[in-house]
Amino acid sequence: MITAIRQHMQHLHRRGAVIAWTVLYVLLAHGLADAQVTARVKESTLENGLKILLLEEHKAPVVTVHIWYRVGARNEQPGTTGLSHLLEHMMFKGTSTVGPGQFSRIIKKNGGRDNAFTSEDYTGYFETFASDRAELALKLEADRMRGLLLNAKEIESEKKVVMEERRLRTDDDPVSALREAMEAIAFEAHPYRQPVIGWMTDIEKLAREDLVRYYNTYYAPNNAVLIVVGDFKSDELLPKIRQHFSSIPRAADPPAVRAVEPEQRGERRVFLKKEAELPFVFMGYHVPNLKHPDNFALEVLAYILSGGKSARIYKSLVYEKQLALFAGGGYERESIDPNLFPLYASVMPGKTAEQVEQALTVEIERVKNEPVSDRELQKVKNQIEAGFLFGQDSVFNLARALAEYEIVANWRTWEAYLPGIHAVTAADLQRVAKTYLTPDNRTVAVLIPQTIKK
Amino acid sequence: MIRWFCRITVASLLLLLPVVVAAGPLAERQVLENGLTLLVRSSRALPIVTIKVVVQAGSLWEQEERAGLANLTALLLTRGTATRTAAQIDESVDFIGASLSSSADRDLSEVDLTVLRKDLPKGLELLADVLLHPAFEKGEIARKVQELRAALQKRQEDPGEVAEEVFNELVFGRHPYGRPLEGRETTLAAITRDEIAGFYRDHYTPERTFVTVVGDVDRSEITNQIRALLGSWPKGKGTVKRATEPTPLQEKIVVKKVDRSVTQANIVLGHQGIKRDNPDFYALTVMNYILGGGGFSSRLVERIREQKGWAYDVSSHFSPGLERGSFQVVLQTKNETAGPAVQEVVRELRRIREHGVTRQELADAKAFLTGSFPLRLDTNAKLAGLISSVEYHKLGLDYADRYRTLIEGVSEEDILRVARAYLRPEGYVLVVVADQTKAAFSE
Repeated sequence: MITAIRQHMQHLHRRGAVIAWTVLYVLLAHGLADAQVTARVKESTLENGLKILLLEEHKAPVVTVHIWYRVGARNEQPGTTGLSHLLEHMMFKGTSTVGPGQFSRIIKKNGGRDNAFTSEDYTGYFETFASDRAELALKLEADRMRGLLLNAKEIESEKKVVMEERRLRTDDDPVSALREAMEAIAFEAHPYRQPVIGWMTDIEKLAREDLVRYYNTYYAPNNAVLIVVGDFKSDELLPKIRQHFSSIPRAADPPAVRAVEPEQRGERRVFLKKEAELPFVFMGYHVPNLKHPDNFALEVLAYILSGGKSARIYKSLVYEKQLALFAGGGYERESIDPNLFPLYASVMPGKTAEQVEQALTVEIERVKNEPVSDRELQKVKNQIEAGFLFGQDSVFNLARALAEYEIVANWRTWEAYLPGIHAVTAADLQRVAKTYLTPDNRTVAVLIPQTIKK
Repeated sequence: MIRWFCRITVASLLLLLPVVVAAGPLAERQVLENGLTLLVRSSRALPIVTIKVVVQAGSLWEQEERAGLANLTALLLTRGTATRTAAQIDESVDFIGASLSSSADRDLSEVDLTVLRKDLPKGLELLADVLLHPAFEKGEIARKVQELRAALQKRQEDPGEVAEEVFNELVFGRHPYGRPLEGRETTLAAITRDEIAGFYRDHYTPERTFVTVVGDVDRSEITNQIRALLGSWPKGKGTVKRATEPTPLQEKIVVKKVDRSVTQANIVLGHQGIKRDNPDFYALTVMNYILGGGGFSSRLVERIREQKGWAYDVSSHFSPGLERGSFQVVLQTKNETAGPAVQEVVRELRRIREHGVTRQELADAKAFLTGSFPLRLDTNAKLAGLISSVEYHKLGLDYADRYRTLIEGVSEEDILRVARAYLRPEGYVLVVVADQTKAAFSE
């Protein structure tokens, strides 16, 4: 679900970005391929368990190499939150063959861009450059899959960097801080309650042994997927992948995450008092993920509510009633475990959080009580279909979509997306709205601004 | 280490060969009878089309007492036309799964359309309508002004934005580059409908407009379509004028502290930079890459993030425009390390001015800047952006080919010369938005 919140929140732009929540939905929004694209993906698996997805796209002379590990904040324990993300940072701090900080320098010398990101469900690394450089990325990624140094001095220094990142992205940003507070009470048993970047005191105490254990448990070929998209020939690249990765031994299967979030039985509320100019409201409903048949109707519903300026929340709260400076929502569909259907609004000066909350609730009740018109339903399906095609313009987005689908379910799940959307009826929308968007199933978070000293 | 050296040496033979940039003109260009410039690049891999319309109507062309006029005018284009309300435009755009937006910048304003090939006629009709027949209806003006005022207020929540705003004001004074695009509370409130309509009439004219089309189109077909829609747009009659050079800064250090209850000091340090047509642009691009533009290959990141652990992000930028934009170093660090971090920044500015860069640094920077050029051309949106900017700044449609030569031609001496000419460690503006009691920042 593409949401307008991307304009108002940071998204990943440099190494070490923590991905959480709708922030991720930048352009990728499953918006990518149609059946033709998935039909061209070549899947293979090495003997050591490394899964490989290759997709040739020859329209521009570039290639993007992604390696994503099936580990994120979801795998963390209380007290050592932020471990996945710190390890992601450490992946650039040296192996027995590549010195600290050299990884990115080598990529850049070759005209490439590289970065990495951590989410609740995964940790991803990528290199994008001119097509003839693909092998360099393979060599470097294979090297750091097993040869990481985790030097104690470098760890201490990088922890300070991550603490600065937390100050920047969360502690000094009232809306991010509110989001963190909401997620921490929306989930009781499931680790989605933990911030991806980690709690400040946890980051401070993370130890080398934690990182070593984590790296040895999760950074193995059988816990990773390698995706290459762009201008290359699969039959030439596959032997090179084999050459660089096949000697890395398979590791024991990492432990499964067993936590299951129990059903919510009553509305939860959280208030955050922080220096800010304007109140802000989040409203998150527990919903199933893409593995549940209702996912398509929920996806369409998210667009009905907030897919563009003609969508109901923008039209009502921002345009007609002028209660919100910006407002919208989304559906966290691509998630390993069931996640949230969040709505948000930035309150206009002179208006109150209560008014905004009430106006959001009015829109929720409306989709339950009145069937959506044929024209509106068609509009949303057109938007989703167009988004599919627009997203294919970038090899990076194609790789990211493949990787994300593969990690949260299976990349082939992607093929079901458009047919599933097409089948959604107005009655389905009413049914899922009534089933999931209920007051007892939601968490409301309100930012109460404290005066900013000037 | 030794083993790696062997491998990298072998690798360098294979992989450090120069990346070959696609040759040939970026787009085909023509000027219609009414002076409108049309640039077309056909790219038929996907059935989608991106159109970027750029107009010489940025905040450079507005009066100080009406600050915000250019931005307001641009934003209102899509908020209703002679025959469509804002809500009708929004619904029509969404119904075809397209996006249509308008915005202003300091040097230009633009309207952007992304649309499926099959819906191109409808998309073009909407695009032409918002460009040629905006209504500037009073209710929509009031609504947008209220929204902009709220956005200005909300921005005060973001210490980085506050630092940037204060910095621009100190560096550029009353020049348009010195104020927010949105204008200010008072100037926004003063803008009348007649002034908006007047600004539109004087500046949105075909000879000041550049239309770039990238995607699944046939050149002659799209030319005919554009001509049919925009060919009868009459040329402008009046003369327009814009702000010229900002007043140069004095050669002294100006420090501005803003007190906020934040955990990090948000620091901006810099001064005026260069115009885009300055021939030193390329040498400065290379110099700045090494100083603080090159991410993990830059000296500032190496020193302040990698060695000291003081910041998640530190970088330096030149923002060349039609007039001299700024040079700035931006970083955030916990309040307590604000002072030492600034000292390191100034030390790096001095070091590159005194000693220049090493041969290796220069080679690596050139390798990235030339080798990564294909990544600037790999989507329709990026292509449209680059073509449009190349045309706007008269860089020539052979820019992709010339860029390599221009970067390759930069010498160690050039770097030293431009570092000395354009970096001023004795005459800068420093803004620190921080919890000043903890920052204990000594000037």
